[in-house]
Amino acid sequence: MNQSNGPRPFDVEAIRRDFPILKREVRPGVPLVYLDNAATSQKPVQVLAEITRFYRDHNANIHRGVHTLSMEATELYENARQTVATFINAPDPRGIVFTRNVTESINLVAHGWARKYLHEGDEVVLTEIEHHSNIVPWQILRDERGIVLKFIPMLPDGTLDLDYARTAIGPRTKLVSVTAMSNALGTIVPVADIVAMAKEHGAKVLVDAAQQVPHMPSDVQALGCDFFAFTGHKMLAPFGIGVLWAPVELLDAMGPFLGGGDMILTVTLEQSTWNEVPHKFEAGTPNVGGVVALAAAVDYLSSLGMEAVRAHERELVDYALRRLGDVPGVTIFGPPDADQRGGVVSFDLEGVHPHDVGQVLDSRGVAVRTGHHCAQPVMAALNVPATARASFYIYNTTDEVDALVAAVEETSRYFGGVSV
Amino acid sequence: MSERNGPAARGAIAGGPQQSESLLDDLYKDIILDHYRNPRNRGSLGAARTCFAEGANPLCGDQITIEVTLDGDRIEQVQFDGQGCSISQASASMMTDYVKGKTVEEARGAAGAFQRMMTSGEPPEEDLGDIEALSGVAKFPVRVKCASLSWKTLEQALLARGAEAQATVTTDERSAR
Repeated sequence: MNQSNGPRPFDVEAIRRDFPILKREVRPGVPLVYLDNAATSQKPVQVLAEITRFYRDHNANIHRGVHTLSMEATELYENARQTVATFINAPDPRGIVFTRNVTESINLVAHGWARKYLHEGDEVVLTEIEHHSNIVPWQILRDERGIVLKFIPMLPDGTLDLDYARTAIGPRTKLVSVTAMSNALGTIVPVADIVAMAKEHGAKVLVDAAQQVPHMPSDVQALGCDFFAFTGHKMLAPFGIGVLWAPVELLDAMGPFLGGGDMILTVTLEQSTWNEVPHKFEAGTPNVGGVVALAAAVDYLSSLGMEAVRAHERELVDYALRRLGDVPGVTIFGPPDADQRGGVVSFDLEGVHPHDVGQVLDSRGVAVRTGHHCAQPVMAALNVPATARASFYIYNTTDEVDALVAAVEETSRYFGGVSV
Repeated sequence: MSERNGPAARGAIAGGPQQSESLLDDLYKDIILDHYRNPRNRGSLGAARTCFAEGANPLCGDQITIEVTLDGDRIEQVQFDGQGCSISQASASMMTDYVKGKTVEEARGAAGAFQRMMTSGEPPEEDLGDIEALSGVAKFPVRVKCASLSWKTLEQALLARGAEAQATVTTDERSAR
């Protein structure tokens, strides 16, 4: 692993040179303007090289065999665990469980912890701005166990109703599961305040940090949460590698999730005993190449410094809010203040369906997400079927925001100000 | 419905690469935008309906209701209502125009011809009139579901024949955040 010796200067043009895909054209003469980073980030050459290096030089299965390659692969895998732990200031690398994605991380908590400890009438508090991955596992558990789900509502500006949260979180609350940042609107949630409310009543807190860890500093100890989930592919790493962090004692006390190889200590035909954490939760051959690449991605972000990453995105979103907000017919959803918003701008263009917006933008090379962003309750609360969403990352520029704005203006002209 | 600019405004996209413009114009042909701006047979038949169905592409938020008044085996009246992208709404408008007055069998035949056009991108084997303009949608696989929604919903309505039926057409959109 290339541990950095200190932050490198935040030079967007230099950063862009690390991402060959940003040089491509989506069609001849139409350069890519990639603004769909909340869905997934692009990958720098440093991460791609690490994937290649692993498979070319060290590929072997881990935690087995005494041969050299297996030992090298195991060492790379376990060193990556330490790298990831350091990145979120986890006190013990054994608290890092590698999963496929945030969905799997949350399902792991629902199976391993909630099924063991929650009973009929126990309350789980969620919010209206959650991604479906932080709603559906709890609905399944509700139907199975008779737990009660409560939802902290979204206010019209896309922030959460914390007054309601104070009344909803009470003695029956066993878990508060909340996103750190809305993927649909970019709302930065005051998670520390919610953790404080939960701790008053001894409830556990799960943080869906899928949109936080890639974009701003993360410190699980300072946050004081119990579960913390994020995914690699939104932070420069490949698909299929996610993380669940929890304190080692909590992981120890949980039941298993998937059963199979590597998660066991002993197996007889009658019964099995579980391996120690985190291996208890890493059944089967894991995504070793993905884990190694995630560590390379963490190294890349650490070399920039997450404060600098956040400052860059804050500047971009502030600029985008002003520029896009000036386009006639555009409605921007979510907090108006860039301090309360990550690098996400979800918007509507009057009289043009978001899919049509996305189509015209694509013709200009501008890649945005259109649809409900796996957050249908947010769309329902906003009373829109879908939105168009631009989302930024370390390599985006104000010129690209200008390209977005120009393409939205063209969309408006193309559809001739239709109002249906 | 307001039109601040006419279809001429499409020239406004000029100045960009020619290829993108023509690609876009393949999808958004004038006749399609016209049906989008001025939908035909939009509304409800109320008590006069003899069968109806609801269709939705939940992932993109397209919703459509198709109501039909059958006179024996003939589609005497057909209306649609709903919301969605230009392709889904224009396709519904064109579909209702086309099937009005046709028999159930003829409408089903047209639905089949439409689906084959969506798959192949070739002009339909049966003369579907304006609907042929939607053949360009085949080049945009994610939009095929938008164009097909009204036809699939119509087929469900005709199957229902008086009973209430719900058709749910899904799209290919993935659940990425």
